[in-house]
Amino acid sequence: MPVTAESIRNKLAAEMGAVHVEVEDTTTDHCSTSFKVLIVCPQFEGKPLLQRHRMVNTCLTEELKEIHAFEQKTLTPEQWEKQKSE
Amino acid sequence: MPIWTEVADAVYLLTNTVILTLGSFTFQSKTDMSVLNFTMNNLFRLSVGLFRSGTGVYRLGPVSEGHASLVVARLFSSAPENNELGQLIKKDKVVVFIKGTPAQPMCGFSNAVVQILRMHGVDDYASYNVLEDQDLRQGVKDFSNWPTIPQVYFNGEFVGGCDILLQMHQNGDLVEELKKLGIHSALLDANKDEQKK
Repeated sequence: MPVTAESIRNKLAAEMGAVHVEVEDTTTDHCSTSFKVLIVCPQFEGKPLLQRHRMVNTCLTEELKEIHAFEQKTLTPEQWEKQKSE
Repeated sequence: MPIWTEVADAVYLLTNTVILTLGSFTFQSKTDMSVLNFTMNNLFRLSVGLFRSGTGVYRLGPVSEGHASLVVARLFSSAPENNELGQLIKKDKVVVFIKGTPAQPMCGFSNAVVQILRMHGVDDYASYNVLEDQDLRQGVKDFSNWPTIPQVYFNGEFVGGCDILLQMHQNGDLVEELKKLGIHSALLDANKDEQKK
């Protein structure tokens, strides 16, 4: 099954209990399959950046095998609210 | 096929068989166990060396699950590179694995890493071009357990990719981390100039 923005969004929402997920297919900007992801998840609370990113990487292990480039922004619900109001 | 490759193949197969057999032993005595481990480690090195010299990929045939597959997995994934990479990331304070070179990055994300380091006045760092070496490209991903390039290491510790470096740069963490490495970020001087005005 090919990786799509939809499949990534669903997987993140389902497996990580994310409250908000945005997935952007940035393939046109780059040479091959690329995605840009924003994940807002309470589980990120208290975790350093690297650990958050690794959580996401683990969730998307299968997809990442096929994706060439991947950008991610990981926020807690609190950070997300703050960012929205800025 | 020249005879030596057939011999190498046979040695490789034999080594694997020995490893498998040894792997199923455990001893009560610590001395015996360390002898066993020593022997197995050297056999691993031998077999990986043979594997890399191009004797080909071997499937060990129908073997029982668990133990055998663990040994096989280690054989095929523990390339000598892991030791080399381990050395490489410790040789310099700042080590990056990118596509291209600092003078000529070949990818937007790799370029971002180069530019961020430049902004902080970090010129003296080790940079490895994964495009030159496919083994390195995959090896570093396995080593760091991180799926993408670029990859940044500070003092032998994995920091993250371009996203993380960028966020650290934006929230001031990067200046702090560089300070811990004994590197004075150029941006600190820039800030001082700003405050004087």
